[in-house]
Amino acid sequence: MESSSSTPQLLWFFAIAACVKLLLIPAYYSTDFEVHRHWLALTHSLPLSNWYADETSPWTLDYPPFFACFERFLSIFAHYIDPQIVDLHNGLNYRANSAIYFLRISVILSDLWLLYGVYRLTKNADVKRRYLIWVLIVWSPALVIVDHLHFQYNGFLLGWLLLSISFLQEGKDLMGGFLFAVLLCFKHLFAVAAPVYFVYLLRHYCWKGLVRGFSRLSVLGAVVVAVFAAAYGPFLYHGQIQQVFNRMFPFGRGLCHAYWAPNFWVFYIILDKVFSFFLKKFGFSIQIPAASFTGGLVGDSSPFAVLPKISPSTTLIMVLLALSPCFIKAWTNPQPRMVARWIAYAYTCGFLFGWHVHEKASLHFVIPLAIVAVQSLEDAKHYFMLSIVSCYSLFPLLYEAQEYPIKVLLLLLHSILMWLGFSTKFTRASAPNTTVTAKKKGAQSKSIESSSPAAEKGGFTIGWVGKSYLLGLLLVEIWGQFLHPYLLGDKFPFVPLMLISTYCAFGIMYSWIWQLRCIISTA
Amino acid sequence: MGKKKEKKEINEKVDVEAVEIEDDTWWWLTHKGIGATFLCISVFALLVRVAVSLHPYSGAGSPPKFGDYEAQRHWMEITLNLPVLEWYRNSTGNDLSYWGLDYPPLTAYQSYFHGLFLRFFDPDSVSLFTSRGYETYVGKLLMRWTVLSSDTLIFFPAIFYFAFVYHSSCHSSRKNDCAWHIAMLLLNPCLILIDHGHFQYNCISLGLTVAAIAAILSQRELLASCLFTLALSHKQMSVYYAPAFFSHLLGKCLRRKNPIHGVAKLGLTVLGTFTVVWWPYLHSTDALLGVLSRLAPFERGIYEDYVANFWCTSSVIIKWKRLFSVHSLKFISLTATVLTCLPSMVQQVMAPSSRGFLYGLLNSSFAFYLFSFQVHEKSILLPLLPASLLALEERRPFKWLMFYGLFSMFPLLCRDKLVLPYFALHALFMLLYHAPCGHGGRPRNARPNNTKFDYFDSFKTFMNGFIYLSSFILHIVYLTMHPPEKFPYLFEAIIMLICFYQFALLAFYTNVKQWSLLEHSTTEEEKKLI
Repeated sequence: MESSSSTPQLLWFFAIAACVKLLLIPAYYSTDFEVHRHWLALTHSLPLSNWYADETSPWTLDYPPFFACFERFLSIFAHYIDPQIVDLHNGLNYRANSAIYFLRISVILSDLWLLYGVYRLTKNADVKRRYLIWVLIVWSPALVIVDHLHFQYNGFLLGWLLLSISFLQEGKDLMGGFLFAVLLCFKHLFAVAAPVYFVYLLRHYCWKGLVRGFSRLSVLGAVVVAVFAAAYGPFLYHGQIQQVFNRMFPFGRGLCHAYWAPNFWVFYIILDKVFSFFLKKFGFSIQIPAASFTGGLVGDSSPFAVLPKISPSTTLIMVLLALSPCFIKAWTNPQPRMVARWIAYAYTCGFLFGWHVHEKASLHFVIPLAIVAVQSLEDAKHYFMLSIVSCYSLFPLLYEAQEYPIKVLLLLLHSILMWLGFSTKFTRASAPNTTVTAKKKGAQSKSIESSSPAAEKGGFTIGWVGKSYLLGLLLVEIWGQFLHPYLLGDKFPFVPLMLISTYCAFGIMYSWIWQLRCIISTA
Repeated sequence: MGKKKEKKEINEKVDVEAVEIEDDTWWWLTHKGIGATFLCISVFALLVRVAVSLHPYSGAGSPPKFGDYEAQRHWMEITLNLPVLEWYRNSTGNDLSYWGLDYPPLTAYQSYFHGLFLRFFDPDSVSLFTSRGYETYVGKLLMRWTVLSSDTLIFFPAIFYFAFVYHSSCHSSRKNDCAWHIAMLLLNPCLILIDHGHFQYNCISLGLTVAAIAAILSQRELLASCLFTLALSHKQMSVYYAPAFFSHLLGKCLRRKNPIHGVAKLGLTVLGTFTVVWWPYLHSTDALLGVLSRLAPFERGIYEDYVANFWCTSSVIIKWKRLFSVHSLKFISLTATVLTCLPSMVQQVMAPSSRGFLYGLLNSSFAFYLFSFQVHEKSILLPLLPASLLALEERRPFKWLMFYGLFSMFPLLCRDKLVLPYFALHALFMLLYHAPCGHGGRPRNARPNNTKFDYFDSFKTFMNGFIYLSSFILHIVYLTMHPPEKFPYLFEAIIMLICFYQFALLAFYTNVKQWSLLEHSTTEEEKKLI
């Protein structure tokens, strides 16, 4: 009853967002637009066996096969709208209105899948919490910036992730695992959470005695293998599998992207710079590497002057190390209600310590964390900070003046909505509500009880540390946008970006530590 | 036993309340009070405005005349580079045939200040002569930002003032209604499309008018008359509201102990404000007449294009332009306008009230839109404003007017290549209007089921549905089909006919409504006396 009546409202939330997204169609889009347009053309005009071999454009297909099939599906419609969109050669850098409208609208419509994921996740939640989650996910400013301005299909992909989480939370582990396998065949960057999935599914789904456990393990394995076979089988058949992997895992990319994602390596680079600076002062001969970090591509030579070189395997080990507390928890106490936290934590670790991380990857944990953000006051406070920081770290994606007010207003609106929503949620803890939440959360009711007296007193407030951090964010922005060009002109053009990523890195580090503590401390 | 029952009842009551709160989609948006709600909605409204401003403006890339965007830019260029007295005069520096300034001085001053802003960032965009048809990325951005800033600095605070006054005066209104009303006021699609899409500065004159209305509602008549005078000196179109202001203030003054004193105070305020604003042109009658003649371009004819007013619609049958001279047409249209204004004015003089004043604004602006000389499609914004102020009381008519107001501007917006924002904003408006658990969606004040009116009602809904449907089809037809060569403006004419019919109906309805207020109030007064 409740769930059926909530559908129109969820659609209303979606439609409001869709209207704004439609209005944003003429805005700036990045080269990713041409990338996706080219993929449409490529999948439309070439046989499957050539998808990963084609070199008509530098934007070769580097997503897994399911995404290519998704593009193939879209290209059917694109062909009807305007055949030139899907023309392999004439369509290169095609920027007619038909192409822009088609691609933009395809992103808006593909968000319906995200909507379905959100719907499934929230259909059993109580009304207040449900609305808040909708506001956080359906009206997420980060998704608008990345998907609808910068141009990507993250909403659609995150829909799969949310669906998978919703099944896991309901205890339907097989379905959850299946959906995650599908997601991996859409975008392999989501694989960071695979170890967590593995440990959790092994313990929670398969660890049920020898016979039953083994049969379950084989069922799960069969499902996953079937998904991967469906994705990669055709390419294996065509003898293209090596080429597919070469494309999907390009070597020779640097530790950091041209614009450093606000993660751990920012500190590492800065530490290296500081060391080399001081050592030089003390008379050591230090070779400053030619490859600069602002260039994006870094070859074999080490980009560090003093500190040891970081290889992809180092980052992998670091990610796994950071994940290990989560593994232990997932093994000793596998609880469906913690799944969203663990998965979000895994993506946070991948973001912080991963190789060649893009700032857009912060979406992978900010969106799932929205589900748990409404569970307690502490969660809400953490999410408030994290969401603002991660959205702000996306600002450099839109560097043109025209979109400046848009990104600022998006973040501002999001912050106001969060503030209003959280402060209401945690100040008016009426009696029937707490009993409902207590029932639903079982073991976690303790933490709620401990937080509710605080809620009655002050409710949702951010401490002075948080406030001053957010104020600092404002200062960084003012410096980068106004003071730096005014005072220094064209000198040190990388400083504003560096400041943003360094400053945001503190926020993300805080979030990581907070999440880690939260995961360890829950019984 | 009795106590138990009572307790149970109380519990049930609490439960019902809890359910109501739970049901309330917007509990979180409104609980912090009107300020926070307004802040949130206004940030959203601003976002929508910025998004619309990404789209093309009127006359983008269409030399030699371009459109309203070029006109506004040209005014900045003129006011910035020429002395004040030359602004409205033909001279070597000022060619009036190329977008000559034809708005009152406050617009000119506003252009001057915006010109300073533009010159600071992009001097080429406002240099004399050479900047004609200046269209660049930065230029467009700066121009758009001038509208955005005017909107935020004038229209938004005015709406806040109004919402504050209006909703603190009637305590019965729920917080939700207040939020809904603010959203309706700030996200008026017509206004957004014209100001931020087509390119104009209606937000300034309308904002000043709203502030004046709010001042009247809060009993600050001097402030109100000052603000309304400013609105008049920004855009002469604000005269559409003048009868309502005049009659309401007159009616109020007459009710005072010393009516002459009150009228004199108001008159002096108005004159004083006018003097300040028009000061540079008050030194000689020539200068003043020069400006005034620019403001009233009678030579442009009684109507232009296909505007859904009486003259244009009836010209399908009666060729006004051929039958009468411009002079007699002026007289005829003036008489018609005054006659249609008169009922609402008389009502306000007889019984001035806040509600009646709002209806009066709607009626007088309708009268002007339907019958005055030289009306533009965009003038539907003027009746729309009081209609949106009354949105809580007149929900259905408001939606109705918004729908056909938008529709009447559709051909204009198509020419400006604003079809996408048109549909997006239209949808956004309808969504907000029917917000879940909000005002529009809930039949809270549903009228009791009178079987008597069933037949009439079903006929009405059928007619409404039919017209809605046909206008929807017309949208598509207009976009996809070419009109027959014999009648190149066939579709525009049909749109105009439909819209005129609706506007006339609405105007009649609101006039009746205003007069029924009188009956209502007199019966109440009688009751009080008894």
